[in-house]
Amino acid sequence: MAVYALYDTGESAQRAVNALRTTGIADADIAVISSEPMEDYEFSAINHRTLIWYIASAGGFVGLAFATWLTRMTEVAWPLQTGNMPIVAWWPNLIVMFELTMLGGILSAVATLIVTGGLGRKVPELYDPDVTNGKILVGVEQPRDTAAVERALRSIPGGEFKTV
Amino acid sequence: MNHPSHEQMTADLLRPLQRTSWRFYLLVAFLGSIVLMGLCTWAYQMYNGFGVSGINNPVYWAFYITNFVFWIGISHAGTLISAILRLVNAGWRRPVTRCAEVITAFALMIGAMFPIIHLGRPWLFFWLMPYPNQRLLWPNFRSPLVWDFFAISTYLTGSVLFLFLPMIPDFALIRDRAPKGLRRRIYGALALGWRGTTKQWHRLESAMQIMAVAIIPVAVSVHTIVSFDFSMAPVPMWHSTMFGPYFVAGAIFSGIAGLIIAMAALRRFLHLEAYLHPVHFENLGKLLLMMSLLWAYFVFAERLTTWFGNDTAEMNVFYVTQRGSFSPLYWTMVVCNFVVPFTILALKKLRTIGGCVIASFGVCVGMWLERFLIVVPSLSHKYLPYAWGHYRPRPVEIMITIATFAAMTLLYTLFSKFVPIIAIWELKAGDHPSPELSAAGQHEHRLGETHA
Repeated sequence: MAVYALYDTGESAQRAVNALRTTGIADADIAVISSEPMEDYEFSAINHRTLIWYIASAGGFVGLAFATWLTRMTEVAWPLQTGNMPIVAWWPNLIVMFELTMLGGILSAVATLIVTGGLGRKVPELYDPDVTNGKILVGVEQPRDTAAVERALRSIPGGEFKTV
Repeated sequence: MNHPSHEQMTADLLRPLQRTSWRFYLLVAFLGSIVLMGLCTWAYQMYNGFGVSGINNPVYWAFYITNFVFWIGISHAGTLISAILRLVNAGWRRPVTRCAEVITAFALMIGAMFPIIHLGRPWLFFWLMPYPNQRLLWPNFRSPLVWDFFAISTYLTGSVLFLFLPMIPDFALIRDRAPKGLRRRIYGALALGWRGTTKQWHRLESAMQIMAVAIIPVAVSVHTIVSFDFSMAPVPMWHSTMFGPYFVAGAIFSGIAGLIIAMAALRRFLHLEAYLHPVHFENLGKLLLMMSLLWAYFVFAERLTTWFGNDTAEMNVFYVTQRGSFSPLYWTMVVCNFVVPFTILALKKLRTIGGCVIASFGVCVGMWLERFLIVVPSLSHKYLPYAWGHYRPRPVEIMITIATFAAMTLLYTLFSKFVPIIAIWELKAGDHPSPELSAAGQHEHRLGETHA
């Protein structure tokens, strides 16, 4: 079960979020859904903490380690003398290492987005296609006190209250 | 012109997806038939061997490698420019980024086809991939051709993801507005269950930032590595330390020109006048002018160094391009890449949409000629005069080259039919900068101007 209201403006949505907070609902339980990023409003900071930069860096290191292993291992596996270069030639290997480092970073950033953003799954219950018409959804999934949530959402004028 | 409302924006940008005119089918049929002819020509070449092309000893690289370098260069329009504009948070980027990123994805795919077309036995192209053969011998990582594989595949992967991620919210918008049926299912699958929670928006923007940071050095590396295909070889006028930056500058130059042409076509045929403003063309025109000057600087530095060095083999190539059999092409290149763009774009009066498009067509022609003049005169005039040769393109190469231009136009046309060519959510997001968060005088106008 989910309880939500649709608002026309960011200001109304912000007030609805504030009202939910005053009823004791934690930020992590409040869902705000919009058709565009609403960075002008404080509620956009809900759930903003992320390890994506660290994970992307770690992915880059994995790519680098893999490329270092791959280039060195293959050159040593069948030592071919080429252009008077050493068997393990770091100058050309650096190119492959750089590309795979970047590839590792890019792929891990995308994987983190998919996993932590909850993508690749069926659209959850708490959603309303009216969001794409510019409405802003503020709601709570599985509320402990449905009546209190309803009161808080209805206290902001202009909202369209719904339950799923 | 009135600024469109959010509803109007959505309606305007989804219109090409919802309505199809007979002109679209006619264009697709026309371009498709050229692409088909190109594919048949390639099949003819595979069946009969390279004897049907103009490639001969000592000119083994000619039209195909020219096209390879040209298309990889064009691909620098999109992701690189888009990533830079995203990182500096240029407000005027919003209607431009997707138009640009699409060019990268398709131009890279077309460019990457040419080393395969250029193979005598193209079905063995997978030998380039890093895996051991039956004798456990791996591809030689000391070969620039293997570097190409890594660079192009990394850039292509990154560019396709960089293009796809910001499309997800737009796919969700189309999903929600589509009637039940196949269309809704397809866009629903592409939307990956996007809802637009604060968490999703934040993660998307973080991922885009990371990719923008990563993709810029990758883009620079790609054309540097393409230049290494030449500069690692002891061929007159190839073995140069400045080839990396020279190629990168040329790539960005031709890429911007390609982007201006694509944007002008979209503006005219999809009626996007309310979104692609003259100021977008003016800004890109200024960028094109700067790249034209940079290109001229590189050409002068390269020519002066060669002339001053006075090496016999290099001077043979130098003279054959400046006053020999290649001179008509060389001076056409100079006119197209410098004289025309400089004359048009340096004058504010001429820096109109039409002026930018004329300059851009000139640059595309000039940059193709530049690639050709790097490849062929050097190969046909190597160190030993008894081994000099000639090259004349045959219909096979000309047809395949024409087909790739048709393929690019066809792919772009089809893309703009199925995906909003301007990111709707980005356009809306740029429509209401926060007055509270912007200091007076720093308030960014939609088109990138600042006003108090």
